[in-house]
Amino acid sequence: MMKLRFASPEMLVDINEIPDLDYHRVDDDGTIRVGAVCRHADLERSSLLDTRQPTMAAAAPLVADPIVRMRGTLVGSVCHADPQGDWASVMTALDASIIAQGPNGRRSIAVRDFVLGPFQNALAFDEIAVEAVVPTPRGMPAGGYLKLERRVGDYATVGVAVAIDRVGSQVGRAGIALTAVGPATIAADAAAQKLTGRPLTADNIGEAAELAAEAAQPKSDHRGSADFKRQMVRVFTSRILTGLLRSEEEAA
Amino acid sequence: MTSLFREVTPGTAEEIPVREITVTVNGQRRSAVVEPRLVLAHLLRQGFKLTGTHTGCDTSNCGACTVLVDGRPVKSCTMFAVQADGHEVMTVEGLAGPSELHPLQEGFKEEHGLQCGFCTPGMMMASKALLDENPSPTEDEIRWALSGNLCRCTGYQNIVKAVMWAAGKLDGETAEVQA
Ligand SMILES: Cc1cc2nc3c(=O)[nH]c(=O)nc-3n(C[C@H](O)[C@H](O)[C@H](O)COP(=O)(O)OP(=O)(O)OC[C@H]3O[C@@H](n4cnc5c(N)ncnc54)[C@H](O)[C@@H]3O)c2cc1C
Ligand code: FES
Ligand code: FES
Repeated sequence: MMKLRFASPEMLVDINEIPDLDYHRVDDDGTIRVGAVCRHADLERSSLLDTRQPTMAAAAPLVADPIVRMRGTLVGSVCHADPQGDWASVMTALDASIIAQGPNGRRSIAVRDFVLGPFQNALAFDEIAVEAVVPTPRGMPAGGYLKLERRVGDYATVGVAVAIDRVGSQVGRAGIALTAVGPATIAADAAAQKLTGRPLTADNIGEAAELAAEAAQPKSDHRGSADFKRQMVRVFTSRILTGLLRSEEEAA
Repeated sequence: MTSLFREVTPGTAEEIPVREITVTVNGQRRSAVVEPRLVLAHLLRQGFKLTGTHTGCDTSNCGACTVLVDGRPVKSCTMFAVQADGHEVMTVEGLAGPSELHPLQEGFKEEHGLQCGFCTPGMMMASKALLDENPSPTEDEIRWALSGNLCRCTGYQNIVKAVMWAAGKLDGETAEVQA
């Protein structure tokens, strides 16, 4: 941002050297906590996420390129509030929150209220984000993240995050969020609601994919036309959910 | 102490905040007085005259400026020099021994892993980080590890072969030591 002269802060505080903020862990109740200095690469290599949070595990290797992932952080990416940022949609699909800390103590802000618009977040000027918190799943967590990119390291042309918690054969909770198809991260709530409280079926997957495509607000640009991007939202939503349905059928 | 050149408007020198930093570069402790906005790539190139680190894009896209900071590969145009204070940096100049090339350098030579050479320092440093972590990578693993480094000349095939070559040579050296 500074190199492109979008920002020229008078003072910049480096939080990299604050000790003990580089963690990510799973609490006993299944809550996942990611510290402010935990890098994308730490999450990519994590042995926890594959089983405990598959949507995050799927997204981690798709953010930027391997070397950029050594420096960039999940919390920083959410703070950056880039409509093309991958983590903001993953965190939105998971109903995650950001813990902000300032002179008046700590407060928790849901990611969907935290990202206000392109490159705008809800932090006060004297607050920093110290942690991202993914709430306890309401069942077996399942999900995925798919991203269309022109080449490795490029921002998403389209990204779709799907997270569901399975309770028996039913979907206990569902979240769907979209990357790069609007002025900010989009929570496709109507699409997610189609899935909750019932088993996954080819029919409700089709309906959810349609509603996700309707929720998208893509613009035509050098990455593709609006119609193409909307179609990709439909395809990705359906592809992730169909994959989950198939693995459910195979396990049965 | 190394000091960076900077031209100033007469009488304003006091107004520019500077900080003294000490960085271990290729095993040698070096200090400099820098403005906080100076990026690491420029400290290395203009400051320490280690011009092996190239800058191709300045926006963290191309990977030509890749160096190791505390052993991890970092695009040195993404980091401020002051953030390297107290840390260890290894540049391409740190690869070769006193009399012989590093196996990666030999590999790039043997397998024609470069044409213009602009991307090469970054390619070699990213490869060094890979081989330190994974001494016998598959071709796919090499392509994955180098996917943040762009080359406009070679088409990548020979770069991958060069890294394979280096992995083979390093493996042989380890075997010799163990024997
Ligand atoms: C070549 C390249 C490709 C990329 N591709 C992608 C991609 O495909 N997908 C993607 O999602 N991202 C991508 N990124 C962005 C990258 O993932 C970074 O994570 C993101 O820019 C945030 O970086 P950072 O964590 O270092 O935060 P910084 O760059 O340090 O900060 C970003 C902003 O957030 C603020 N901030 C950061 N941390 C905090 C905090 N704890 N509290 C308060 N404010 C904070 C900063 O003040 C700043 O305004 C790419 C970046 C590059 C350079
Ligand atoms: S100059 Fe640093 S990545 Fe291109
Ligand atoms: S050899 Fe020319 S850019 Fe790679």
